[in-house]
Amino acid sequence: MRKKAWREAGTGYFLLSPTLFVLLLFIIGPILFAIFLAFHKVQLLGTTTFEFVGFDNFKRIAGDLRAKIALWNTVKYVVIVVPCQTMLALVLAATLNAGLKGQTFFRIVYFLPTLTSSAVLTLIFMWMYNQNGLINHLLQAVGLPTYNWLGDPKVALNAIMVMNIWSTAPFFMVIYLAALQDIPDSLYEAAELDGANAIQKFWYVTVPYLRPVTSFVVIMGLIGTFQLFDQSYIFSAGSGGPNNSTLTVVLLIYQYAFKTLGTMGYAAALAFALAIIILIATLLQRKFSKEESLY
Amino acid sequence: MKKKLGIGKAFLYAILVLYAIVTMIPFLWALSSSFKTLEEIVSGTISFIPKHFTLDNYKQIFVEQQLFPRWLFNSVIIAVTVTLLNLLFNSMAGYALARLQFPGKKPLFIIILAVLMIPAQVTMIPNYLILKQLGWLNSYQGMIVPTMINATFIFMMRQFFINFPKELEEAAALDGLSRIGTFFRIVLPLARPALAAQAIFVFMGSWNDFMRPLIILSDPELFTLPLGLNSFKGQYISYWNYIMAASIVFTLPVLVIYIFFNRYFIKGISFTGGK
Repeated sequence: MRKKAWREAGTGYFLLSPTLFVLLLFIIGPILFAIFLAFHKVQLLGTTTFEFVGFDNFKRIAGDLRAKIALWNTVKYVVIVVPCQTMLALVLAATLNAGLKGQTFFRIVYFLPTLTSSAVLTLIFMWMYNQNGLINHLLQAVGLPTYNWLGDPKVALNAIMVMNIWSTAPFFMVIYLAALQDIPDSLYEAAELDGANAIQKFWYVTVPYLRPVTSFVVIMGLIGTFQLFDQSYIFSAGSGGPNNSTLTVVLLIYQYAFKTLGTMGYAAALAFALAIIILIATLLQRKFSKEESLY
Repeated sequence: MKKKLGIGKAFLYAILVLYAIVTMIPFLWALSSSFKTLEEIVSGTISFIPKHFTLDNYKQIFVEQQLFPRWLFNSVIIAVTVTLLNLLFNSMAGYALARLQFPGKKPLFIIILAVLMIPAQVTMIPNYLILKQLGWLNSYQGMIVPTMINATFIFMMRQFFINFPKELEEAAALDGLSRIGTFFRIVLPLARPALAAQAIFVFMGSWNDFMRPLIILSDPELFTLPLGLNSFKGQYISYWNYIMAASIVFTLPVLVIYIFFNRYFIKGISFTGGK
């Protein structure tokens, strides 16, 4: 019996060995290494050197104007994109779930942006945002003002917001769709007996029933939007311009880590600051959503 | 009452069709631009039908940028290897955590869950230094080994195996199969639906990844498609006809996979959505 237990443990560790290897070398090891880096000044020239600097890297964040701009841009982006994409996802899912013909077709079409790589999507949108491009022509056709979307610091971040709401909402729509299948018909029938119309049924039955899913969708949205990088990088060719208007926290971390010399430790400190901000935002969200979350 | 329903239905259809158009326009615009001549692109006329339909852009991108086939090859090798390794290793780990008893199982499971919460930016810089130390920058293994497991899918596979009927494994044990033999011959083949959903997500994640290759790969010969596309855009910034043709070429493989397997996508998302 004892021998059998040993064998089972051996099998367990054998099956887990690849996971343990990657976990230690590329996840847990690096987390500890990142803590070390955040308290050191790192020089990569020739041989890599580390110089202990205490809390200097963290103190430096407070006085760094670009860090403040990056944080402000990122927060603005999160605060606008998360509610918009969540609402759009919910409305699309509820509409698709109304039992109309052809819903499979619409679902397949809606999902296309989620499949396409961020690099391709960003390039397609840059082409549409061109000063003489499709979007400005459409705006002009309906009598709205046109913008220099890529070059004007006032609107460049908005251009990325629109693109990402458009490309992320379908993913969350599918999560909502799965949850909508579970709402018992009896709830809608009861609401109908009480004389509720379609909009009231959506507002008083569907929305409250989906609250745990919404909580999950918002948390996933928060985690995703705080980490905005690809689109900003490609939009601005890595600079965060025009005039730092598309500079996000992750793009700033990337620049400090890999583009300027001697700031890798500072970049690690910024990465921890970002992790803490994401954690706090997630906890706040959980506190404010009253229901049990799925997470 | 009946008339009212008709209006409601028409309204819902209007929303569905309108949003389908909003979804399709960027893709159709990219597709149409990829068949236009440079003159038409520069002139700024707005038409979804090219005035002079041409396939030159598709030919030209392979002439102008000889590395395109190489980038395609790199992307395929990396994404396929990462997907196969993830399927194998995540299932192994998920099965061990679901079915086997061994010391340290519980803390390990908690660690795997905790890892889900750590943003990639924290491990990105140390990962770079570790790969540099190993001499794995600018290599396939630098792209593959750190991503060959995935905590989300280990968790998903564990949930799957917990609900898996025990009787099959017991029967296999009576027939004299070892635990590992049972796993590979009985359990894994029956896990196909969960594996299909996982395969699609891991493949897409690897195929579309931008940040990891940007950090690890600096040799253009080793670029993956998204990185290559970005550098191509840098060189040919006003040649939008080329850039759109290249974008279409890079989107097609995923599109083909999606058309064949779209039901697994939906299943897979519902799965990761905590169901």
